Amino acid sequence: MTTHWTRKDLLGLRELSADEINFILDTADAFKQVGTREIKKVPSLRGKTLVNFFVEPSTRTRTSFELAALRLSADVINISATTSSLTKGETLKDTARNLEALHADILVLRHGSAGAPQFLANQLKASVINAGDGAHEHPTQALLDLYTIREKRRQIAGLHVAIVGDILFSRVARSNIFGLVKLGARVTLVGPSTLVPREFEKLGVEVSHKVDEVLPKADVVNLLRIQHERQRREYFPGIGEYIRFFGLTKERAKLLKADCLIMHPGPINRGVEIDSEVADGLHSVILNQVTNGLAVRMAVLYLCGGISA
Amino acid sequence: MNTTIIRNGHVIDPANKRDEIADLYIAKGRIAEKSEVRDPNSDVEEIDAKGLIVAPGLIDMHVHLREPGFSHKETIESGARAAAAGGFTTIVCMPNTSPVPDNSSTIAWIKDSAARVACVNVLPAGAISKNLAGEELAPIGSLAKAGVVAITDDGHCIQNHEIMRRAVEYARMVGVPVLDHCQDYSLVGNGVVHEGYWSTLLGLPGWPGAGEEAIVMRNILLAELCDHPIHCQHLTTAGSVRLLREARARGVKISGEICPHHIALTDEAIQNFDTNYKMNPPLRSQTDVDALLDGIADGTLSILCSDHAPHAEFEKEVEFDVAPFGIIGLETELGLFIDLLVHKHAKIDIVRLIEMCTIEPARLLKLDAGTLSPGARADVTLIDPALKWTVSVDQFQSASRNSPFNGWKLKGRAVRTIVGGKTVWKL
Repeated sequence: MTTHWTRKDLLGLRELSADEINFILDTADAFKQVGTREIKKVPSLRGKTLVNFFVEPSTRTRTSFELAALRLSADVINISATTSSLTKGETLKDTARNLEALHADILVLRHGSAGAPQFLANQLKASVINAGDGAHEHPTQALLDLYTIREKRRQIAGLHVAIVGDILFSRVARSNIFGLVKLGARVTLVGPSTLVPREFEKLGVEVSHKVDEVLPKADVVNLLRIQHERQRREYFPGIGEYIRFFGLTKERAKLLKADCLIMHPGPINRGVEIDSEVADGLHSVILNQVTNGLAVRMAVLYLCGGISA
Repeated sequence: MNTTIIRNGHVIDPANKRDEIADLYIAKGRIAEKSEVRDPNSDVEEIDAKGLIVAPGLIDMHVHLREPGFSHKETIESGARAAAAGGFTTIVCMPNTSPVPDNSSTIAWIKDSAARVACVNVLPAGAISKNLAGEELAPIGSLAKAGVVAITDDGHCIQNHEIMRRAVEYARMVGVPVLDHCQDYSLVGNGVVHEGYWSTLLGLPGWPGAGEEAIVMRNILLAELCDHPIHCQHLTTAGSVRLLREARARGVKISGEICPHHIALTDEAIQNFDTNYKMNPPLRSQTDVDALLDGIADGTLSILCSDHAPHAEFEKEVEFDVAPFGIIGLETELGLFIDLLVHKHAKIDIVRLIEMCTIEPARLLKLDAGTLSPGARADVTLIDPALKWTVSVDQFQSASRNSPFNGWKLKGRAVRTIVGGKTVWKL
């Protein structure tokens, strides 16, 4: 059992052990209480500088990291793609080195290219926290999903988790797969064959294209956003057909076990991957995920920020 | 020095079926008979080649020299030095330069420049289409007159089958072979790595093997239709080998070449997002590597090449999906091929390996090179097939350093390179 943390960076869940994942979740438990206090602030990262460097647009993840850092008393600056020199032709490496020259201690990076956080982590002394890289990993999202499942169901091992939707292009799906498999869950990926290729079976999960067969067996259903912007290459015939075959409609929700958890990383397309009534219904823990995201990110910043030079 | 005698070497000259311990004579820049160098007063250089292979100067028909236009990556001068250090006496340079050699004057510039600065023979390939855009034919007849040894849109691939068909038909008239980088754009899309386990795991856009095979199939059909050679560049998949094997058995004028990295590495190497493992076509699966090795063993893949593709460090030190494709290869090519094909996997013997680097490309391109026949230009490579060495990019002659093989321990390499009777490089 891990009792201390040794990593400067959090790049993904693939590289973490089950012990390390549990250690982050345990640490998040302590930070979750902070949010319920009257004074929602601890001095853990006082004097440290955190840069939220978002090369791809994001509101909720950036805000969550910002609030997490503020609650840890860090100084925070936000840089987005449009305000950075990347638009002037500066390379990612140079931009990051400039930030480091300003003595940034923690760099939270959201980037459209898979591997970009690892690329920077290799170059920089600062901690690099992956806030989503291309279709590769989104470790803090998966950690908050794991945290939420653990909180509601006490343990993850043995649970059957269905991840439904656009798996191929989803970093949330990959990080969830790595984390859930390590913690002993049974994982079934569900979606059209174009967005859930069979190759995923080699990651230790099951692949299904029949959502009605999976829903009655699932303890957790994690719905992924169907990305309109990625339809240019005809991955499926249209939203109507998607809803018909995979959407979590009111009718389909009747197939769910009574205690099944419905999760979604947001932002939700109401009426596409999930009906409004289901998103707001009894099974839904979607807003718990948002709250827990803050605690998990505080834990990650606290642990990695304590390692950075 | 007018006369050279290379003593006691193991002469391997596949074109003439020579494989024996013998002396090799060079006079006035050409391979000579013993009788021609009898004059005891002439200034004779003697080279002791005991324990070494004496081979015809090696040919690499797939090299990017980056000039004109990208001399921060490589120049004709530095690329030629890298070739010499790798044992190559003749290289064919690809046309994805700026300007593109889709006209006689750019070809003339490359030839003039090479004649001035290159220590090996540099032979330009011309473009098939204007500006490599795949839309209109370049003046292929004029390019042939200007001295191109082949035409190719390498780095690009003509997608319109009708345009490719007419290019091949026209090339037949003027007698130049057509080389093709086989990539179906609609299937490959924005793919950057082999579509398979690792692309799935890493979330990188996949480049499926079918994207190569669709064009290999197209080229087989067109070579048959036009009765003219089409050579498929840097092949990488089991399916390509299967298609080529079947077509060659039927006598279709189709051939294929292989690069060292596609048999030395698999797509597993990309897992740390190191851009020195990013090339086009990409590193494939172990199944593909095994099929490529079998294709080399049975002669389906008949030509060895490097696809030497220099890039500056700052260009490669970027996010994986935006980094340029390609690695340098001239100075590791022979070592890797001997080490992997002759020693490690024992797929071919050294005689066949030399054949694949000499007379095979020479025949395809109709070059006056690749043999040790008396009277031939004295391009000779001395090879120590058992020499153990460690790759060090810092010692490279190339202007670039983008090699994934730094630190590799290899067995076998060139120890001396002779062009036109003159030693241009020596270990």
